[in-house]
Amino acid sequence: MLTRNRLLAGTAALVALALAGPAAAQAPIKIGELNSYKVFPAFLEPYKKGIELAVEEVNAAGGVLGRKIEVVSRDDNGNPGDAVRVAEELLSREGAAFLIGTFPSNVGLAVADFAKQRKVLFIAAEPLTDKIVWDQGNAYTFRLRTSTYMQTAMLIPDAVKLKKKRWAIVYPNYEYGQSATAAFKKLLKEKQPDVEFVAEQAPPLGKIDAGAVAQALADAKPDAIFSSLFGPDLAKFVREGQTRGLFKGVEVFNLLAGEPEYLDPLKEESPDGWYVTGYPWSELKTPEHTKFLNAYQAKFKDYPRLGSVVGYATVMSAAEAIKKAGSLDQEKLVAAMKGLTLITPFGMVEYRAIDHQSTMGAYVGQIGVKDGKGYMKNWRFVDGKDALPSDADVQKMRPKN
Amino acid sequence: MTLASFIIQLLNGLAAAASLFLVSAGLSLIFGVTRIVNFAHGSLYMLGLYGAYSLIEFFGRTPLGFWGAVALSALAVGLVGVLIEVLVLRRIYRAPELFQLLATFAIVLVIKDIALFTWGAEDLVGPRAPGLTMAVEIMGRRIPAYDLLLIAIGPVVLGAIWLLLTRTRWGALVRAATQDREMVGALGVDQAKLFTSVFFVGSVLAGLGGALQIPREPANLELDLAIIADAFVVTVVGGLGSIGGAFLAAIIIGVAKAFCIGIGTVTWFGFEISFSKLTLVVEFLIMALVLVVRPYGLLGKPQAAQRAASEPAPPLQVPSWTFALVWLALLAIVPLVADRYATILLTDIVCFALFSVSLHFIMGPAGMVSFGHAAYFGIGAYAAGLLLKRFGLPMEAALLLAPVIAGLFAIVYGWFCVRLSGVYLAMLTLAFAQISWSIVFQWDSVTGGSNGVFGVWPAAWLADKTVYYYMALVLCGAGIVFLWLVLFSPFGYALRAGRDSPLRAEAIGIDLRGFQWAAFVLVGAMAGLAGAVYAFSKGSISPSSISIAQSTDGLIMVLLGGVETLTGPVVGAAIFTWLRDVVARNTEFWRAVMGGVILLIVLLFPQGLVGGLKLLVTRWREQRA
Amino acid sequence: MSHPVLQVDGLHKAFGGVQAVADVSFAVSAGEMLALIGPNGAGKSTCFNMLNGQLAPDSGIVRLEGRDIVGLRPRAIWRLGVGRTFQITATFASLSVRENVQMALYSHAGRLRSLLSRFGAAFATQADALLDQVGMLDQAERTCGVLAYGDLKRVELAIALANEPRLLLMDEPTAGMAPKERVALMELTARLARARNIAVLFTEHDMDVVFSQADRIIVLDRGVLIAGGTPQEVRANPDVRAVYLGSAH
Repeated sequence: MLTRNRLLAGTAALVALALAGPAAAQAPIKIGELNSYKVFPAFLEPYKKGIELAVEEVNAAGGVLGRKIEVVSRDDNGNPGDAVRVAEELLSREGAAFLIGTFPSNVGLAVADFAKQRKVLFIAAEPLTDKIVWDQGNAYTFRLRTSTYMQTAMLIPDAVKLKKKRWAIVYPNYEYGQSATAAFKKLLKEKQPDVEFVAEQAPPLGKIDAGAVAQALADAKPDAIFSSLFGPDLAKFVREGQTRGLFKGVEVFNLLAGEPEYLDPLKEESPDGWYVTGYPWSELKTPEHTKFLNAYQAKFKDYPRLGSVVGYATVMSAAEAIKKAGSLDQEKLVAAMKGLTLITPFGMVEYRAIDHQSTMGAYVGQIGVKDGKGYMKNWRFVDGKDALPSDADVQKMRPKN
Repeated sequence: MTLASFIIQLLNGLAAAASLFLVSAGLSLIFGVTRIVNFAHGSLYMLGLYGAYSLIEFFGRTPLGFWGAVALSALAVGLVGVLIEVLVLRRIYRAPELFQLLATFAIVLVIKDIALFTWGAEDLVGPRAPGLTMAVEIMGRRIPAYDLLLIAIGPVVLGAIWLLLTRTRWGALVRAATQDREMVGALGVDQAKLFTSVFFVGSVLAGLGGALQIPREPANLELDLAIIADAFVVTVVGGLGSIGGAFLAAIIIGVAKAFCIGIGTVTWFGFEISFSKLTLVVEFLIMALVLVVRPYGLLGKPQAAQRAASEPAPPLQVPSWTFALVWLALLAIVPLVADRYATILLTDIVCFALFSVSLHFIMGPAGMVSFGHAAYFGIGAYAAGLLLKRFGLPMEAALLLAPVIAGLFAIVYGWFCVRLSGVYLAMLTLAFAQISWSIVFQWDSVTGGSNGVFGVWPAAWLADKTVYYYMALVLCGAGIVFLWLVLFSPFGYALRAGRDSPLRAEAIGIDLRGFQWAAFVLVGAMAGLAGAVYAFSKGSISPSSISIAQSTDGLIMVLLGGVETLTGPVVGAAIFTWLRDVVARNTEFWRAVMGGVILLIVLLFPQGLVGGLKLLVTRWREQRA
Repeated sequence: MSHPVLQVDGLHKAFGGVQAVADVSFAVSAGEMLALIGPNGAGKSTCFNMLNGQLAPDSGIVRLEGRDIVGLRPRAIWRLGVGRTFQITATFASLSVRENVQMALYSHAGRLRSLLSRFGAAFATQADALLDQVGMLDQAERTCGVLAYGDLKRVELAIALANEPRLLLMDEPTAGMAPKERVALMELTARLARARNIAVLFTEHDMDVVFSQADRIIVLDRGVLIAGGTPQEVRANPDVRAVYLGSAH
């Protein structure tokens, strides 16, 4: 099977070579991509479409270094051990130039450490963990997505403005939820020293007992709630909280809840007035987003989710890096990534030389309900560079060399 | 907690217990009669939710539409259960113990991808129950009316099952079969029909449990595995085959979770304790406690010995050393002829081979099935990583000390486990594995929490992947050979003797528990070695190395290769790891393909791959003779 | 004759208010075949299980060559020189006949704890000698799992003899065998017992076997010993006749 597939692929490549003009006389540049497709399909199916669109656009524009690009995708099963293995397979068997992708924090961090050991460029697409560029940052790893810290920081101004004293917190019990909570407490305390955190609930990811959690939070009589729940946990929390009157007179802040992946399933029950980060795709009118939106809808007959933007921008970053480096040499690629700027559907983005974090921003706003569907209202775009700590702080966190 | 919140949390717990009870009752019925540990039961629950969602969309959100959809979905899931029984399980009832487990694993994979294909990846939030959307005020707090309905449904279903079991001929047969399966066969009852009907009822209960969750739980693809572990815990805590026990256990676990959440974070003696985080593991803590005190669950009875009735395990054949040497030589040549990735894949296979051989040792010849073998694999991996990173030991020392530490844990866990037998023992091993997992998952400052430990790379002289492969081959190969040698030593024979007849072993002066305990420690250490070698080959360790998924991978490898052969686990580890690599790379719905391939193997080789091949060879020889 | 090998005094056992065994006392001497008989439910198995350590008596004394063995585990009692066969045979089904006997020999010699030596290298000749005595040498290589029932009973006898016992406890040793085999097995047992000076206590349903092979018989009914003596004496005992005719066995 395997050999036959390869034979077919080889033949196909030869045919393509014969048909193509001299411009693409060389085999495409392979970019190795790995992700937990079967574990987080709600986010990663649109993500994959974003990748396909980007590859098509890059190649239509003549590719990079006179060659087409090809993204070779692998499923890492959500398991860091498997991820390291498929990463190795992508590099040594597929001959991938470097690596992109990953979703959960632990997989992202494992692949980052692998990239460091193997001295290969890795552009982490979605892992939100702050550690991947700070505490555990390394020379070969860059991260596109607006991190937990950045998204939390973006919500802080609104939180401070409301002058609520008693805060309750709920988060999924793993890296993302823990660091969102830690960042939120730290940042809010700095701006509003008299704040009180009256309750904290950490349900296991995907297994929230929403009724009991809503009740426990209500018992603490908070003025406001900070949540980093997403997916089924969020949907359950919203419904139980609404039925039990938890949200009456209480302001709620919820990271990510404005992303179509997590907002759309809530339909008419979308919680009106919640402060969220997200992606109001239908309302963005910037030329770069309109171009992306039209191309995406034309190709897939579907609207983009946030995952689509992430997948698209990751591949675009990879292509730009190759262009800028002018070579596939790892050190040159890494050097090119430092300070690399490119236009994404969310506008101009820079991969900071100081910590390898991109300045991709996010949309902050409130949830509204219209025609039985949730949407983002009163939204504004926050540039990522305005949501990052000072350079001095970053340098303190990031290991030298 | 105030009295009011105490009462409300009690009600929350009872509401959560309702569906858990329905699913567990179905699982318990099926296990009681067929002795099948049905991992696909959670998938049936998931299908119940998805089915109800689609049917409500179809019928409309009216009371009739809602309840009609719930009922129809449950019945449809019952039919799916019948299909599973008739098409797959019925063909392998005569296979060695637990082989059916492998088939149900495969079914889990297939159903998951079918659900993904049919309903898509996005979570589907179902409607509230029409007419029951409001909340009822109790002691100044609002509790959903639907939750109160669920609280009532639990006892009603319990009563219905009780009537069915005590007042009908079918029920009498089910009870008889639960106590003594062979007896019912001997009485001339059509076993096939009985099994099919039990599967139908059990599956309807799972489907109903799922469908009733529609107003509380979005239909999503993680539900199957989320519920199955809990359902097993409830079934075992209650006592296998005991419906009343399942009811009691569901309530205990549901309420315990609600109270953990209600208590939240408290400070005791200056220590902050988050009971909310305890929900990660509380059901396993309860199970471990119950099993230590009551070895057959709360309301369970000692199981009738099944061994006597099923075919005895065939004798083990001494491995041929020339055969082994030829293989070793072939494996040693691979890096010279194949590409770099082949070496890396083989390193994985070699680690898993030792892992699966150690699991086989304990579940085959020693007769103690472990559902939590990843505990030792993971502890070995973490021990290696932490000794290197936190204690600054040289990599070589960390690698060699890791199995010792895994063995130390096995001393503690094993001491409790060898006091039990059968599925109870298996579930206690799972409880210990989950408790270890949760500690690793939570103890951020030491284990790195959910992220794990990074930078666990081998010493410079082992950094090259080929060199590392040779080292893995030597260490894991030595581990495998050691375990095989032990199997043919007096110690190993004593274990096999004890598995065959504990009564006779005791009667000739063998302290079986002592031997079993020692065996536990031995395989724990070897699994720990496998974990340590694995950790250094990856450079990082995460809690998934200690997870249920890792444990089940081990079970699949052993059963796939054949639990009654010596080389089966090695072949199983190789085939499984290789298959997953190839299938995941080349197909989109790779889980379904993987499940399909396993099902095919299950149906074609009910003795496992090696067992089946041996049988073919024997038949061929007999024909020629 | 010296003091008896097994001496039982005032054995009592009740299950939730039901008296299963009441004040049972008897003794077995070396080289003697003592049969314990009685109708179903008379308490024979309960009595047996209190002798071999599986069940703790409520009161009473069990002495093995003068030593009180009440409260000891079965394996400890075995180490004191008690061999057993079971009503439903218990052998190691996946091991060969020879290995089954060797297992007992290894255990007797305290050599089962070895991890790396090869099982089966030692005690092969002793095992074969025992198998020869019970007539199973020709099947030594066969797996116990495939043996006929009567053969399994003989293997059990060989296992029971492996630790050079002073006392053999045989619970229904001929149950499930053909009538002709039954007498043959018990004749064999009697011959070995006398030759090795072993005390044998057995329960048995087959009265032909009992009356032809036992030196003495004791009769249990509803937990109480109602008679005891030589086969002739017991045969003549009116109580025994009443019990057996009444029970319509």
